[in-house]
Amino acid sequence: MKTLIRYTPLLLIAIAWELVARFELVSTTALPPLSDVIRAWIDMIKDGELITNGAASMYRGMAGLGLAIIVGAILGIAMAWWKPVNVLLAPIVEVFYPLPKSALIPVTVIWLGFGDGSKILLIFLGCMLPVTIGAFNGARSSEQVLVWSARSMGANKLRMLWDVVVPSAMPEMLNGIRTALALSFILLVSAELIVAQQGFGHLIGSLGANGSYDAMYAVVLTVAFLGFAADRLYLLITRWTFAWRM
Amino acid sequence: MAHVDAQMSATEAPALRFARAALWGFARVFSILLVLVVWEALARSGKYTPYQLPALTAVLGRIWDDAVTGDLAINTALTLYRALVSFAICAVLGTAIGMAMSRNKIANWFFDPIVSVGFPMPKIAFLPVVILWLGVYDVSKITIIVIDAIFPVIAATVVGIQAVERELIWSARNMGATNREVLTQVVFPAALPQIMTGLQVALPLTLIVAVVAEMLMGGYGLGGAMMTASRFANSVGVFAGIVEIAVIGYVMVKGMSMIRRRLLIWHQEANEPTTA
Repeated sequence: MKTLIRYTPLLLIAIAWELVARFELVSTTALPPLSDVIRAWIDMIKDGELITNGAASMYRGMAGLGLAIIVGAILGIAMAWWKPVNVLLAPIVEVFYPLPKSALIPVTVIWLGFGDGSKILLIFLGCMLPVTIGAFNGARSSEQVLVWSARSMGANKLRMLWDVVVPSAMPEMLNGIRTALALSFILLVSAELIVAQQGFGHLIGSLGANGSYDAMYAVVLTVAFLGFAADRLYLLITRWTFAWRM
Repeated sequence: MAHVDAQMSATEAPALRFARAALWGFARVFSILLVLVVWEALARSGKYTPYQLPALTAVLGRIWDDAVTGDLAINTALTLYRALVSFAICAVLGTAIGMAMSRNKIANWFFDPIVSVGFPMPKIAFLPVVILWLGVYDVSKITIIVIDAIFPVIAATVVGIQAVERELIWSARNMGATNREVLTQVVFPAALPQIMTGLQVALPLTLIVAVVAEMLMGGYGLGGAMMTASRFANSVGVFAGIVEIAVIGYVMVKGMSMIRRRLLIWHQEANEPTTA
């Protein structure tokens, strides 16, 4: 009940959308009624179009993000742990972090073509640095007292890295991963809108070009909802897994 | 880290201190130079075609040519114009909505679900819808950038205002400040560090989305120029675009953190050593 009251504004917007479109206050090409959009969505689920394209997008997103998390976390912790690595990599990170990653879309296409590879590379490159910076800041701020006591208890360097530094890097790294998750959706959809033969972005583009706007709206809303759901799911999982920190 | 080094070097002889500073300065640019040298070497090794990896010198030459013909200035100006106008709109509108939400129950009731659902959404997916409504010119580009970049500002403003200490507000009230004065002279400055953080998240987003919007809608602008170059398989043009956009992004982000330091000089964070 409480959530229902909380989300009434969204419901009101949905009703306003339906009414405005039904009574043709705006042209129905610009804004097809919500009920038509839902019908188009059900049709696309039935003929599998949404599912095959969605699966392609999800595969690219997960592969790119997974690589970014693994490599980014290792780099960030290495930079905090070994000074030479930091001296070597910090300037590169500093220069590439502010680069708007969408600028890399045409280059990834030049290198890997129109398929999955270019999107995975783009998401990997775009999402790695937030994870790296999160892991670096977290690992660097790992409490000296913990490090000292681990050392005095005779932990060797590798054990200390794994048992003290990695866990204390976790919270900030998880924040970095959340940023990366949001970024991965942005990059995925932009790359697919611009060049792709499959995927959500491609579907949106081709439906728009065909003039089937109700279906286009259906895909747009699906992507938006998936991005939202992925974020909430991520929060749930991290809270549940890292309950010991809270 | 720089703190410790400074302390250590204070006890050393001036010549040694200079050598140390020079060495650190060199270390800072060493890896960048290494990347550039490796790029040039790989491009010249003949292992990759000039299409896959044009030489750095060719790319710099292309940027120089663009600068001479004036294309660079036009494209840069247009991209910056779109990004910065949107950023200004996000800053003003975002803070206003955030303030309204934290002061007015109805505004909070209406905007809270929209922000909590809209923030994590990939709003770039609405780009085709915006094109459908507003066409492919500046209005629609600026609109999609604002839609994408305004949420971090709203969220940061709300969080920042919530965190303002009650005692500050109470004492201002006690001294006879009106509601308006409390808002502009106490709440806003106290929330400013958070708001600035929100703006610092929004600024790179404006550039990311500006580039995507230009790539998709075409026309002038750095993103559009890159897309044209890529259609003609002109990879020197594509790499030149990346270098140009990278420089702009770097300058914008650095400029923003300079503004932050300037604006928050009174805040205790100004005395803390900066990371990044």
